[in-house]
Amino acid sequence: MSDLGADLRRETLISNADPLDFLSLLKPRVMSLVVFTALVGMVLAPGAIHPVIGLIAVFAIAVGAGASGALNMWYDADIDAVMGRTAKRPIPSGRVQPGEALSFGMILSVLSVMVLGLATNWVAGGLLAFTIFFYVVIYTMGLKRRTAQNIVIGGAAGALPPVVGWAAVTGGVAIEPMILFSIIFLWTPPHFWALAIVRKDDYARAGVPMLPNVASDRNTRLQILLYSLLLIPFGVAPFFMGFGGWLYGATALVGGVMMVWWSVGILRADDEGKLKKACWSLFGGSILYLFAVFAALLLEWAGGLAWTLLRGSLA
Amino acid sequence: MSAPQETEGLRLTDEEKARRARRNKAIGLGVAGLCLLFYVITVFKMGPSILSRPM
Repeated sequence: MSDLGADLRRETLISNADPLDFLSLLKPRVMSLVVFTALVGMVLAPGAIHPVIGLIAVFAIAVGAGASGALNMWYDADIDAVMGRTAKRPIPSGRVQPGEALSFGMILSVLSVMVLGLATNWVAGGLLAFTIFFYVVIYTMGLKRRTAQNIVIGGAAGALPPVVGWAAVTGGVAIEPMILFSIIFLWTPPHFWALAIVRKDDYARAGVPMLPNVASDRNTRLQILLYSLLLIPFGVAPFFMGFGGWLYGATALVGGVMMVWWSVGILRADDEGKLKKACWSLFGGSILYLFAVFAALLLEWAGGLAWTLLRGSLA
Repeated sequence: MSAPQETEGLRLTDEEKARRARRNKAIGLGVAGLCLLFYVITVFKMGPSILSRPM
């Protein structure tokens, strides 16, 4: 006969976690996007930052984003356990205890804000702290289980890294990083709702009121299209404002039109199979879109830097 | 001399011991990395003035 009490005691007293489990608490894939967008915010900012300090700042922003991911997994462990996509995460699978994830997330949050503040300035540090607070308290604890607008408002947390990167260099905020913020902010709803349509049953089981679960199919599809349409003018804004060049302008325009095209595909899908296919197209395509527009900005910056260095060495 | 008494409580399996060792190593590396990080920040923030020590 097995001793349930002893098993339970063993489970709660002995950590079964591997260091890699703690690494996966940081949501490495989300972190990579954060690193990328924060870096773009940093290189576009006027003024100079020592490359080593810049690297440390990007690292601190990435760790801050990872910490908020760990705190999100701590709070949402019950939801994660009933959803196919997330059931294998470290907490629902029992490899990491909720308390361990909470301490890990809290310690990394404090350290990342402290490192960013000390290495750069406290506007950047404060913005990072606000990003973590917004993602964990406002989105995860406040909005996610209550409203279908959860990812619309919560998207602000994911959109802040370029603003933090800009602030790390300048010590303030300007219209340019706010445009980058708007691009990610408007990109978030179509990206997540495409996934939410496919994972509708999962979200229903978990009791998370994603838009496809609470609004009519047509309403959801129209809103996806609406945000994709809004993304076009905000996407090309950097070109017209002068901080994005021709490469960026063309990428943002073509990418924006593709986003609308994929959204129309969802709107027009007349059976389950076509709908799923269209949703995956938008979901994958939207990742490509965001990567492409930020990569274009980074490439233009690198090209400009190389040109300046070349001219300097020739002169 | 009597045989050493069995210690009471939970005993770790070999796998649990190995995982604990790996966690300890990771914590050690993390703390060392943090020390290095603060050292690097100090050096690069202060620059050459780090050598300026008025007597």
